[in-house]
Amino acid sequence: MSSPLLDVQDLKKHFPIRGGFFGGVTGHVYAVDGVSFHINKGETLSLVGESGCGKSTVGKAVLQLFGITDGQVVLDGKRIDDMPANSLRPMRRRMQVVFQDPFSSLNPRMRVRDILAEPIRNFGLARNGAELTAKVAKLMDTVRLPRDAVNRWPHEFSGGQRQRIGIARALAAEPDLIICDEAVSALDVSVKAQIVNLLQDLQGELGLALLFISHDLAIVEHMTHRVAVMYLGKIVEVAPKRSLFAAPKHPYTEALLSAVPVPMPGKQRERILLKGDVPSPINPPTGCRFHTRCPYAFDRCRTEEPPLRPIPTALEAGHTAACHLHDLPADRNPLAVAKGQALLAV
Amino acid sequence: MAEPLLVVENLQTHFRTPDGINRAVDGVSFHVNAGETVAIVGESGCGKSVTSMSILRLIPEPPGKIAGSIRFQGRDLLKLSEPEMRSIRGNDISMIFQEPMTSLNPVLNIGRQIGETLRLHQGLSAREAEAKAVEMLKLVGIPEPGRRVREYPHQLSGGMRQRVMIAIALACNPKLLIADEPTTALDVTIQAQILELMRDLKRTVGAAIVLITHDLGVVAEVAERVVVMYAGKKVEEAPVVELFNTPRHPYTQGLLGSMPKLGSSLTGTETRLAEIPGLVPSLKQKIPGCVFASRCPHATDFCVKVAPALEPKAPGHVAACHYALKEGAIAA
Repeated sequence: MSSPLLDVQDLKKHFPIRGGFFGGVTGHVYAVDGVSFHINKGETLSLVGESGCGKSTVGKAVLQLFGITDGQVVLDGKRIDDMPANSLRPMRRRMQVVFQDPFSSLNPRMRVRDILAEPIRNFGLARNGAELTAKVAKLMDTVRLPRDAVNRWPHEFSGGQRQRIGIARALAAEPDLIICDEAVSALDVSVKAQIVNLLQDLQGELGLALLFISHDLAIVEHMTHRVAVMYLGKIVEVAPKRSLFAAPKHPYTEALLSAVPVPMPGKQRERILLKGDVPSPINPPTGCRFHTRCPYAFDRCRTEEPPLRPIPTALEAGHTAACHLHDLPADRNPLAVAKGQALLAV
Repeated sequence: MAEPLLVVENLQTHFRTPDGINRAVDGVSFHVNAGETVAIVGESGCGKSVTSMSILRLIPEPPGKIAGSIRFQGRDLLKLSEPEMRSIRGNDISMIFQEPMTSLNPVLNIGRQIGETLRLHQGLSAREAEAKAVEMLKLVGIPEPGRRVREYPHQLSGGMRQRVMIAIALACNPKLLIADEPTTALDVTIQAQILELMRDLKRTVGAAIVLITHDLGVVAEVAERVVVMYAGKKVEEAPVVELFNTPRHPYTQGLLGSMPKLGSSLTGTETRLAEIPGLVPSLKQKIPGCVFASRCPHATDFCVKVAPALEPKAPGHVAACHYALKEGAIAA
């Protein structure tokens, strides 16, 4: 098998908390605390979880927008987290990002032409002005915007159109991987569908890999190949899409699936209502981080942290989860059977 | 039959702006029966929030201007004086807003904020109000209400703040609760908790609810009847099951088709999402024909020229479309 495009091993990012009289470090926010995953060429991996679980921090760490605390990030066989700035630069071209808010992520004082030309110039992807203009025009075609719109300013566009400009800017650097950090969350339903379709088309046309960070499970299911579920700085489950939605193997994934409101009035579904709120990442619980809200937690969960490992009862290969329940005999393991249909009422 | 609790007729809320009149809500009518949950759905800018703010007369005038009639228990709210209106807000009709972070006062403790409506409307003493506040916190499922009542908003999580907002809204036993995107800012597991709470409270308290949302999943879970708005107009209204099963208006059909269905990988129904092409029209120009004509796959010249009236399509089901006349005529 060929090596993955992106390989992240035991990634940690702890943010220091400063306080007290001398402004010393008084604690840490354990935003990402030992996360490993990979993305193959042309593949979509979705990172899902609730606010504060560290999914955006993972995205920024992969992009090297800040130094990481521990672990390694390998892009196409080259380790990039300890690279000096000048050799990192050509690697940066290969990973681009699309942000959530299309209103604040475009410079209001730059015309669309200049927004799209900047990455092309920065990475020296055009030999002369004519080639640059041609490339910008082609980008507009790629994201289905009219070519003559290049002379306009960001404020002249609607939210969906701005998100197209954001996608075009990411494509300008001719990347292999695009990180979509909640890229469709701020858009209205009908516009969201347009952007989701565009991203899927582009993936087909250009062979892009996507790291799709989102909290919207229906969109994720629609467009991803594999899913990684995060809770409080850890990945608790990674699986191929169908395997995860049909037979979740972590209690948190199960609760997430059952909590999403589905547009089918009157359907009876199994509902698992989690109690309480997500604990603070400054002082995460011992053992399994989910044990404080888990409906199935037992003694071992409070003391011993479960590792992410392959689950034998999973529907498809490559399904891993971090849960002690799978060490119990099948009749005492509520997640041994496929519960997806009951949870989603399909 | 007695008149419904709330009857909104031909509501028009317009705003004067430097470049013309913005017809945010343009001739919307609907009613809410006692104890019923009605959802108003639509995308941003369709006028659903302005409709809800108009009911409570929270629209600043000028630049806003509210016309039409809003009858609550037989009284036209638009004809009341400001002090009369104030005795209704938070007492007979109360409201929950989207942002639990910004809609609570950061410098007053939770108890004071719940007690405020009780002292104002029911004349309770400070001590009685605090006791009732503790009771309300218990009702909305906040652990240790006796301690929490003295805490400040920043000490609570987002879900707890929304529970506090609900406690404030329900403190005076309102007959009508307007919930404007009550769960939009919350995570799904917390959203599930809040929706469960709202369903429970509806059973115990019995208030009618007007739920404003853009999330059709939330609508399916809690509403009994649905009003679909587009560009300041009501385009369709139907009982919830009927709306999801046989939507008649092309916009409603488009909305339902553009949403991916959870569980699609299990049923093998992963198809390309239906797009609604184009953009919502500007509300600053008067649109002579159907407001949806510019984006509608079935639109004809007739639609561009003549605005369709809301016509009954089935019992309790109305839609404003020239071509949605026969059942299934343009079914998606």
